[in-house]
Amino acid sequence: MAPSDGVSLGVSLGVFLPGIRLGGRAVLGRLALDFAGGEVTALLGPSGVGKSTLLRLLAGLLPVPEGSRIAPADGLPLKGRIAWMGQQDLLLPWLDLEANVTLGARLRGQRPDPARARSLIAAVGLQGRERARSAELSGGMRQRAALARTLMEDRPFVLMDEPFSAVDAPTRHRLQSLAAGLLQGRTVLLVTHDPLEALRLAHRVLVLRPGPGGAVPEEHPMPPSPPPRAAHDPDVLAAQAALLERLAEAA
Amino acid sequence: MRPLLAALGLLLAWEGFVRWSEVPPFLLPAPVRVAEVLVSRWDILLGHAGTTLTEILLGLLLGTLLGTGMALLLAAWRGARRWLLPLLIASQAIPVFAIAPLLTLWLGFGLASKIAMATIIIFFPVATAFYDGLRRTEPGWLDLAATMGAGRAAVLWRIRVPAALPGLASGLRVAAAVAPIGAVVGEWVGASAGLGYVMLQANGRSQTDMMFAALAILAAMAMALWFATDRLLRALLPWQPDQLSEEA
Repeated sequence: MAPSDGVSLGVSLGVFLPGIRLGGRAVLGRLALDFAGGEVTALLGPSGVGKSTLLRLLAGLLPVPEGSRIAPADGLPLKGRIAWMGQQDLLLPWLDLEANVTLGARLRGQRPDPARARSLIAAVGLQGRERARSAELSGGMRQRAALARTLMEDRPFVLMDEPFSAVDAPTRHRLQSLAAGLLQGRTVLLVTHDPLEALRLAHRVLVLRPGPGGAVPEEHPMPPSPPPRAAHDPDVLAAQAALLERLAEAA
Repeated sequence: MRPLLAALGLLLAWEGFVRWSEVPPFLLPAPVRVAEVLVSRWDILLGHAGTTLTEILLGLLLGTLLGTGMALLLAAWRGARRWLLPLLIASQAIPVFAIAPLLTLWLGFGLASKIAMATIIIFFPVATAFYDGLRRTEPGWLDLAATMGAGRAAVLWRIRVPAALPGLASGLRVAAAVAPIGAVVGEWVGASAGLGYVMLQANGRSQTDMMFAALAILAAMAMALWFATDRLLRALLPWQPDQLSEEA
């Protein structure tokens, strides 16, 4: 979905972290990463390796350690320019779908844009359900609503923490195709456990490998075609097998 | 329907027991006798019931206002949590019955001391239930709000408070159940009207049937109040999950 006026997309993001310790344990090692503007970077790795920590750090949900540098290429701060999508849909049960999609504006005391909200609701295939509360929606519908809410924020940077892990496989497949189209042009960091999801959606795949000084990211070779890739593409399937083996090793 | 049948069965057993055992009526009057008193003394009882109901409703209103206010203060301001919360919890160690004579001394024999009594007894369940709800906001919602750039006040009013309403509703149900206790205890200590006053007077004159009549009205009022509160809260919070009532 196209951004509103004044929101420039395709901004790349440079991140340098001196290493993160949580509770006396080295979680993330020293890392320097450049997330290319307008591209989807998938971040994989064994459970507890620090994927979510990195994402929460960028989202401003954890204090940034001394000596870090988190710098979008346009020189403006990252704060206030990210949209966040988590594992759960996090829809507020007392609000209807449209109010949930426009939550951000109302939390900031701004006037929501109902026309844009409705077109996003239509884009995720939920037109006609604007007045439905979350309890009346299926798991897949709720996750689509969460995607619409994320896009409603209209930010150049999108941080996604296992956004489709809570839904069944066919629904996940459909959601991935939908997200690939709607997120186009935004700089996306996608944390996932699902190698196929990473290979379908991402321009680049990083595997976080645990080490004595904390986890460090490693590049994983990608199929030659650009995303979104078809799940039955032989290159994707071969890369999926290789990625799966690599993840099993890292764990 | 089933609760009514159960109550009817209980009344029949009671009537049967009294007739069979020939207990003197000043010890245990039969339900039929109580019903007769209810009918013949209806005008007097109605007036006193009105007094007690006024005390209960005003106590509920004040207790709810003060309780929700306290919970919001505790949630919004750390200083209040540090200074007031321990005091609030310690205050619950004082039996409410023990302060009833003081309230009568300070506020007199009229409505004020009973309303104060009911307010005090209602305040605590409302305050704790709502405060608990305000503390237990789903962390994911708070994270989401933080990434959306929400301020503290917006998070409180748009997320914490609505999320805590089911908790407040449980507190209000408890409040509706205990409110009559507050009013009646207040009346026992010193009053010139109200169902508690009627009970005390009737007891002193061995008019046990009159006492039971007042008790029956009080119980009916308490139940009606509870069901009305429950209905109202359900209607106001339709999004609140309620697994038990959905099961057939």
